[in-house]
Amino acid sequence: MSGMSPIVKTVTRWVSPFILAFGIYVALTGHLTPGGGFPGGVIIAGCFILLMLAHGKEKVYGIFNLKSASVTDSLASLSFLCMGLLGYVFGGGFLNNFIQSGFPGKVFGLLSGGNMPIINIAIGFKVGGSLFVVFAYLALFRAIEED
Amino acid sequence: MVLIQIFLVFTIIAALIAVEAPSALSSIISLGAVGFGLSISFLWLGAPDIAITQVVVEIITLVILIRATIGKGVTEIRGNESKPLLIGSLILFGLGSAFFANYLSAFPDFGKSAVDVFTETPSQFYLEFGLEKAGGPNVVNDILLDFRAYDTLGEATVLFAAILGAITLLNKKVFFGKGGEK
Repeated sequence: MSGMSPIVKTVTRWVSPFILAFGIYVALTGHLTPGGGFPGGVIIAGCFILLMLAHGKEKVYGIFNLKSASVTDSLASLSFLCMGLLGYVFGGGFLNNFIQSGFPGKVFGLLSGGNMPIINIAIGFKVGGSLFVVFAYLALFRAIEED
Repeated sequence: MVLIQIFLVFTIIAALIAVEAPSALSSIISLGAVGFGLSISFLWLGAPDIAITQVVVEIITLVILIRATIGKGVTEIRGNESKPLLIGSLILFGLGSAFFANYLSAFPDFGKSAVDVFTETPSQFYLEFGLEKAGGPNVVNDILLDFRAYDTLGEATVLFAAILGAITLLNKKVFFGKGGEK
């Protein structure tokens, strides 16, 4: 996996920041508009997969390697669980939306919906990290088979 | 409504082609056509959340499948069709069709919201109190992350376990093959 032609590399370099920004937007505003953590995370993973296919894996591993991806995955799952436990402590039930009952926030505002944006961000990181790990392992698996 | 039916027929034809196609590449491309047809149908039926997820997952799946399977090392498995197997599958298909035909009348009409048909359900409550109790204008995410957050946690756990299993299986190849990373 040494990368593709210079045309593909240049186009990828121009397009990938917008894809990443769109993924973050979809994950952040999941409680306001269609979208949510899962598609946002998949778009973020897609950005890294695009970079990996166009530039080869060494360049992407400089930004986001396998270890940091799996740490992101695990930390995001853990933070989702922690939100549930905090709901148990403050709201009286597992995964209770305790921020919404305490500080409701402005309706249609970005900081509304209680702990829904936080869980959306956690799911986005989780899905992005895990899909990137799967793709990296499958690409690695194939590269070894081809030797 | 006719357009959705045309797209559904297109989806079914693409699925049949995906099963019967001679090469792996055409099979995978037909699978992509199935996913995009489904996502357009979801969009027309008024479910943009599912349509977005379907499109995005379809693209990533297509890329992963092509990257991981195209090339050498794809083994084709062809079983010989035995007579008892065929009879058994026909009997099961007939039973399934009979059950489906029996309960088909209980479903709402195609493309109609189930909320209008079944009034005494939790979905009515979610639609009425979603904005008030969960605080999000997007009622799909209200249900996913507030009313049914436990389901979402289970889904995240399933994804985590699946990724863990895949990495373990692939890592064995990496470690015991011809020298991988690490």
